[in-house]
Amino acid sequence: MTTASTTARAKALTRYRLFWPAVVLAVLLLANLAFTSDFFAVHIKDGHLYGSTVDILHFGAPLILVSLGMTLVIATGGIDLSVGSTVAIAGALACLHISEAADPASPGTVFGAIGIALGTAVLLGVANGVLVARLGVQPIIATLILMVAGRGVAQLITDGQIITVTSEPYKLIGGGYWLAMPFAILLSGLVALLTALLTRSTALGLLLESVGGNPVASRLVGIRAMRLVGLVYVFSALCAAVAGLMVSSNVSAADGNNAGLWIELDAILAVVIGGTSLNGGRFSIGGTVLGALIIQTLSTTVYTIGIPPETTLVFKAFVVITVCLIQSPNFRAEVARRGAGRRSVDRPRPATTTNREVGA
Amino acid sequence: MRQQPVLEVRGIRKEFPGVVALDGVDFRLFPGEVHALMGENGAGKSTLIKVLTGVYPADGGEVVLAGQRVRFAGPLQAQQAGISTVYQEVNLCPNLSVAENIFIGREPRRLGLIDWAEMRRRAAELVRTMELDIDVTAPLDNYSIAIQQLVAIVRAVDASARVLILDEPTSSLDREEVSRLFTVMRRLRDQGVAVLFVSHFLDQIYEICDRMTVLRNGRLEGEYLTSELNQVELVSRMIGAELAGLDQLAGGKRRERSAPTGDRAFLRAQGLARKGAVEPYDLAIRPGEVVGLAGLLGSGRTEAARLLFGADHKDRGTVRIDDAETDLRSPRDAIGHGIAFCSENRKTEGLVGELTVRENIVLALQAARGWARPLSRTTQDKLALRWIRALDIRPGDPEALVRNLSGGNQQKVLLARWLITDPKLLILDEPTRGIDIGAKAEIQKLVADLAEKGMAVLFISAELEEVLRLSHRVGVLRDRRMVAQLRNDDALTPERVLATIASGAEQ
Ligand SMILES: Nc1ncnc2c1ncn2[C@@H]1O[C@H](COP(=O)(O)OP(=O)(O)O)[C@@H](O)[C@H]1O
Ligand SMILES: [Mg+2]
Repeated sequence: MTTASTTARAKALTRYRLFWPAVVLAVLLLANLAFTSDFFAVHIKDGHLYGSTVDILHFGAPLILVSLGMTLVIATGGIDLSVGSTVAIAGALACLHISEAADPASPGTVFGAIGIALGTAVLLGVANGVLVARLGVQPIIATLILMVAGRGVAQLITDGQIITVTSEPYKLIGGGYWLAMPFAILLSGLVALLTALLTRSTALGLLLESVGGNPVASRLVGIRAMRLVGLVYVFSALCAAVAGLMVSSNVSAADGNNAGLWIELDAILAVVIGGTSLNGGRFSIGGTVLGALIIQTLSTTVYTIGIPPETTLVFKAFVVITVCLIQSPNFRAEVARRGAGRRSVDRPRPATTTNREVGA
Repeated sequence: MRQQPVLEVRGIRKEFPGVVALDGVDFRLFPGEVHALMGENGAGKSTLIKVLTGVYPADGGEVVLAGQRVRFAGPLQAQQAGISTVYQEVNLCPNLSVAENIFIGREPRRLGLIDWAEMRRRAAELVRTMELDIDVTAPLDNYSIAIQQLVAIVRAVDASARVLILDEPTSSLDREEVSRLFTVMRRLRDQGVAVLFVSHFLDQIYEICDRMTVLRNGRLEGEYLTSELNQVELVSRMIGAELAGLDQLAGGKRRERSAPTGDRAFLRAQGLARKGAVEPYDLAIRPGEVVGLAGLLGSGRTEAARLLFGADHKDRGTVRIDDAETDLRSPRDAIGHGIAFCSENRKTEGLVGELTVRENIVLALQAARGWARPLSRTTQDKLALRWIRALDIRPGDPEALVRNLSGGNQQKVLLARWLITDPKLLILDEPTRGIDIGAKAEIQKLVADLAEKGMAVLFISAELEEVLRLSHRVGVLRDRRMVAQLRNDDALTPERVLATIASGAEQ
């Protein structure tokens, strides 16, 4: 194979959407290996999988879920700041229901709890959707309302306390195992798969991208944008609610103050790192999953390589900026241009132009 | 003309993924001339301008400004060096005021603060040099595209420049606005400014330009004195072939037309109106009939059409489709009744730029089917390829991003989008604006063929010759009123339509 065709192939590869997020994730994982030699080791104990990479997937599961909903919202040119509050509300409602039930461990109670959480999420999503799609409130404002108010509602539900529950079936969602795998990983993987299927094997993805890419044209082409945009906020709330169930189930407790705190920011970052533009339009489910894993790996890395807790956020911010820069075509072009410029300094210039410059 | 060129370009090369947009182009611009840059759509005119002004870095060659080799890192640097540019895509901020748009980035200041009063005063003054009567404190998007384009020009002209570059500034201007622009251009030329002018209207080129440079397929075809190259020769150099029947393309003969018979209208509007947009008007369109709408820019042609498509809500009047009264509350309703509408603003109201040609082509059909009934990928590919071939869309790659296509090809993508929905009434708003003469002829022929096969067409264009060539009947609008509907028989001449527009009564 000639070098020319190799570089051409390499170029084609870098243009592939998921290339840069995948590279960043690989680099982060490898960096961990330098500090923890058995970082990639996975072993089975008592029929359960254990290992650092399993942990990353496990703890990253709620973020993946929230980010999936966020991806579709962002694709329509919107944003959903209320997901963190929805996480808290869903967990609080489910735990409250279970803790007040006569038989907390019965499947009926758990399904009831799940139903209440998801039903409430639909209502919250509809509220956001109506504000944005029907009343034309700017998404950042519309969802800010629920972000602030929802946190208060969650605290009201838990009465400012932490509700603890003991329920084996409920524990399964976030902290249990199935087929040796943490159930949360399977669940978030399934939702990611379903989201990809839902958007790409129907026309939903195309219509969402059209609405986000050019709302005016989309209306004139006959797309029912209002309904689509409304639905997307409902989907986002549902994803957040499942994440809320997962979080509260994992610790067997609902904390109205801290559950899902700032997860909206991590989710937005995950979506952007995954290559979906905040301007709306083209989105990538695969990219978002990678983005969420990058963020989760980053949090893990901070602990494993022993970065002092007080500098954690700065470190995180630094990595995120780097990732965003690497992904920016303008930035890469600029770096390439400077590199090329330095290399071509000693290239002889045509004599005529030199004369001209002297004459001028 | 033995002076030094103020701006000179040698051997410029620019590649985009898969396209060589400019291939070793030389170009010279002298002080005190109006110079036309000519070429078909996609020839590389806009790209040359963008490379000149630092929007894109060149892949080779050099730019010399007043004897000095330059390399601009961005349009701002070019502007500071004395090159003012109005790009083809007007780059203004629609939600800022007219005055702010004119002075953005170089606001008059007093004690470090923006001097708003001074800014308004000077903006009003500048706007008046263009004989525009608008409120400079109003947000820009209160005004039509034409006015926005004029504001962009005012902005460029104001920055005391040695070189003024105008990329298709006249595409949405009416005759009078064009003549005002030309007055300004002549004044600048006489002051020694070098003006580079791109336009698809050959008459305009011959009216104002001293010299021209012709590009074809990204290569330099030649540099000519306008007085030494006639229109037919120019067109053949742009197209690169001695086309038979070129005079017909240039606007000579009228097509043979047989008006459809029978008086069963597909659509009949009665007293249709919307406040501030268009006064009550009646209009009937039969299957197989092409109805043209003529009138000056801003006379209400687009507004009238939008009511028929449900894009705007009517205040009063009725629409009957196939003899049944119909309430068109949204574009979706209209599409459901077999109506299609190609907007005059291809970028903002037509295409979704970051989607591919294929996705843009299937969009209307897919929207009509709803998200749950997707067109299979094979069907999409088949449809896209069929229409790319039928309309000769270039590049012929269905996966190309539509925003990278040239104007004429984008227009064809829009047409394809609607034609696959098999509409009964096709509304075309300025379908040939800003596109080259070859694509223009193709689109005109397509419209005639579609009507022949029974499609009703509403054809809106600022070019009278074109309207007359295609239409069976011509509705004339003036000041938002439909003042006449003229049968397009041999007695109807452009002069008669013009007289109707001017007098507001049938002539
Ligand atoms: N940003 C871009 N990316 C890729 N291709 C482009 C881009 N801009 C222009 N082109 C391509 O370069 C060629 C020249 O385009 P352009 O300069 O816009 O033509 P003109 O202004 O003469 O109509 C066309 O083939 C067009 O598709
Ligand atoms: Mg152009």
